[in-house]
Amino acid sequence: MAVTQLPKTAATKGQEQVESRVATGVAAAAFLAGGIGCFVLGLLVTLTEMPALVALKNALVWSVPVGPLSGKTGAAVIAFLLAWGIAHFTIKDKEVNLKSYVIVAGVLTALGFLLTFPPFFELFA
Amino acid sequence: MELTNRELWGLIHGMGFGALFLLAFAGGLAGLYSLRPELLTVTGLRERMTRLVSGTWLMAIAAWGTVITGTYIVYPWYRAAAPKGADLTAYPRSFLLANPNLAEWHNFGMEWKEHVAWFAPILATVVAFVLRYGKRLADYPFLRKTLIVTFVLAFGAAAVAGLMGALITKAAPIH
Repeated sequence: MAVTQLPKTAATKGQEQVESRVATGVAAAAFLAGGIGCFVLGLLVTLTEMPALVALKNALVWSVPVGPLSGKTGAAVIAFLLAWGIAHFTIKDKEVNLKSYVIVAGVLTALGFLLTFPPFFELFA
Repeated sequence: MELTNRELWGLIHGMGFGALFLLAFAGGLAGLYSLRPELLTVTGLRERMTRLVSGTWLMAIAAWGTVITGTYIVYPWYRAAAPKGADLTAYPRSFLLANPNLAEWHNFGMEWKEHVAWFAPILATVVAFVLRYGKRLADYPFLRKTLIVTFVLAFGAAAVAGLMGALITKAAPIH
């Protein structure tokens, strides 16, 4: 798999002594985690619209005054942080194909937006 | 002239945290866009990065503040079930759903807002964190452009939520 190197040019060469190198894996992990967080929220929004999954909707009532929104958003944030932690410590020191990670993250984020759009998720209600 | 406790929290949520995030966006976007070697000196780049990193972290914190106060403080007042025979103006969700001309403010507006808003802090946090690449972002157009797109998506999510929130509050205020 091709890797992407962060180049150094005239603008930054003078700063090399004071700036430690950060591998592309750090950015890849962050973007991927963001995509996963958005996707998990979208997925839970659509799943909880399905009458057959009313048990899931009830299980996501983590706070009674807030209702299932508390569990949907809470689970998405946990997924975001968990995915970030795992990905970060797995690839933080590696030079990875950043474009591949960004494409995957972009698709997940786009799906997240689609799955939280009421005219779409109401198709499953 | 006075504000109720609920109106005060509505202000903190929307005009405090929310407005801070939305208003700071233009500055952050300009900073990211102009993060190019041909536009900046080494000294200018250093000064720009300090401001950009602190600004985006402030925006991420504001976005988290917006969704947490919105979801756990303001939203329960919005969605509280109205007792039988109650004055529905005190129960915004019930008030909107009881009127066919206003029901879409809940079915579309609030249903979209309450979920999409959470994308803003997630994506804003990613942007703030990735800015740790510092001055080298100026030499890496793909990463800089990805940050700009992510930043715009965070703003878009917050803008939808903010717009819907303002319009829903106009149709059914929380007092």
